Amino acid sequence: MEKHHKSRRQFLQHSALSGVAMMTSLPILASELTKNKVSTLSSSMLKPGGEFSNYGTPSPYEKEVIRWISANSDVPGNGVSWTPLHELQGTITPNGLHYERHHNGVPDINPDTHNVVIDGLVDKPLNFSIHHLLRYPQHSRICFIECGGNSNENYKTSPSQASAGYAHGLVSNAEWTGVPLALLLNEAGIQSSAKWVIAEGADAGALNVSIPIDKLLDDGLLALYQNGERLRPENGYPVRLIVPGWEGIVNVKWLRQLKLSASPAMTRDETSQYTDLQPDGKAQQFSFEMQVKSLITSPSVGMTLPDNPGTYQVTGLAWSGIGKISRVEVSADGGQTWQDALLQEPILDKAFTRFSIAWQWHGQYAILQSRATDESGQIQPTREVLIANRGKYSYYHYNAIISWEVDELGDIHHVYA
Amino acid sequence: MFMPKLIMIIFFLSGSVQANDETYQALGAPIDQTISHPELNLTIFPDGTGLPEGSGSVAQGKQLFNRLCISCHGQGGRGGSAMALTGDIGSLNSAYPEKTVNSFWPYATTLFDYIRRSMPPSAPFSLSSNEIYALCAYVLSQDAILDENAVLDKTTLPQVKMPNRDGFLPR
Ligand code: HEC
Repeated sequence: MEKHHKSRRQFLQHSALSGVAMMTSLPILASELTKNKVSTLSSSMLKPGGEFSNYGTPSPYEKEVIRWISANSDVPGNGVSWTPLHELQGTITPNGLHYERHHNGVPDINPDTHNVVIDGLVDKPLNFSIHHLLRYPQHSRICFIECGGNSNENYKTSPSQASAGYAHGLVSNAEWTGVPLALLLNEAGIQSSAKWVIAEGADAGALNVSIPIDKLLDDGLLALYQNGERLRPENGYPVRLIVPGWEGIVNVKWLRQLKLSASPAMTRDETSQYTDLQPDGKAQQFSFEMQVKSLITSPSVGMTLPDNPGTYQVTGLAWSGIGKISRVEVSADGGQTWQDALLQEPILDKAFTRFSIAWQWHGQYAILQSRATDESGQIQPTREVLIANRGKYSYYHYNAIISWEVDELGDIHHVYA
Repeated sequence: MFMPKLIMIIFFLSGSVQANDETYQALGAPIDQTISHPELNLTIFPDGTGLPEGSGSVAQGKQLFNRLCISCHGQGGRGGSAMALTGDIGSLNSAYPEKTVNSFWPYATTLFDYIRRSMPPSAPFSLSSNEIYALCAYVLSQDAILDENAVLDKTTLPQVKMPNRDGFLPR
């Protein structure tokens, strides 16, 4: 009986939520008129519903679907919040749930007084107001942004039991709309010695990073809109960089300046941070592209399978900073045998692809894994191979296969397999 | 708000020809070469480009550090609620690598750049150039990268050779 309730909410063990689900589905008797009939009607059908709203918010029954915040004790504006990937379906991350990484809080920026300056090795330094940027041709693209530090708990010796999104949800996927950077850089006139662009934000820390100019000319976007509405403050309002497929740090939020230069500035966030320390003590620098990766979002760690035997839709997300996802395989035996999962169309370049496959469980011990391949032929490595190649202290850019252990009771744990 | 030029462009488009350079209006406002605007030259490069006038000593830096930084970064910068800034030189290829400013950072100029824009977190851009040079000198002196009498300025800071200068493999 108790297990049955869990199935009402994607197998989650929230007793409060199962209680709510029971209440609302409990049929109540209607009026005298319907009393003589067999049918019973739900209360929502017997009285007028709620009011219109100027800006909609999620159902109160979904109030546990939240970002998980983890911040520095002495600097509360320095930290992250995780997208609850294990609670979501489809591929687009709702704006209120897009992951956050801030270094010193979310700035309050008035678009009427905010400008983006393009200067340095250009023929004509230019200043763009937000109002002017909004008048340029707007280009839209769907892509993921993943923090270079996503999943980094997995470098540790013992597997974290945090929910899937709260360990791997420093990645989100949205439709970004704005002005192609090539347009604006060319308007300023790129000098031939310009090889890098130093991007700087208007946050309390003026975050700065160096980005190769070729990438920005290729598909860089100055984004003003996120999933159709203007950017959320925590995602860079009023304007941010989108650098498709590249680690989150270079997608500079609250952008105030792009300075073209011949060489990188060697800023703190491209030396001290976001570089991959190897066992020999050397560190890979400017490892911008997020590598091919996938994650089963349901069923996943912390959930319990409600029915034995039962048929379950094993589903998750795959993405690659190099291109499109070409294949996702799923294993229920810890990687001994694999089966191709169904990929939901459309499959987009450098964007989330949703995969799914039906799975019959009849009480057997199982280890669920997904393994993605992208169009360049890159295959997601096992954890063993990743650690053998990169060591335990690489800290960033973790993309190994993630394993969910299903025990005989249907309880799911995170394991290294 | 919409200029006559735009209207012309709309006509042009309805004439069904595609010509990229005519389908939008270039709206960037030309500004002076920004070299004279300090607020547009916050980034400091490894060769010292961007460093301001001023100077600061290890002794001055110690006082400032103990007043403004020690609460989070600990005594001598050895770590607290925020990461260690000093110590662990030579640890990077050991069983317990520790990435501190002194053990890991390739350039000392980055320290000036980052402290000015980010530290202390309660008041970014609140320190004077003299104070930042002094703080850099103090942090670097903790692992004898500089000696106790060192004074840093825009000429000497870029000359500091960090222990891990050659530790990075750019792509
Ligand atoms: C309230 C706590 C706090 C105080 C006070 C503080 N810091 Fe920090 N500091 C931090 C935190 C937190 C970070 C990490 C920031 C991040 O990751 O975005 C940091 C990072 C740094 C770094 C970069 C370290 C690295 O390895 O990347 C330096 C350098 C630094 N601080 C210097 C200073 C100096 C100098 C002062 C005094 C003027 C100072 N800090 C005062 C909290 C503090």
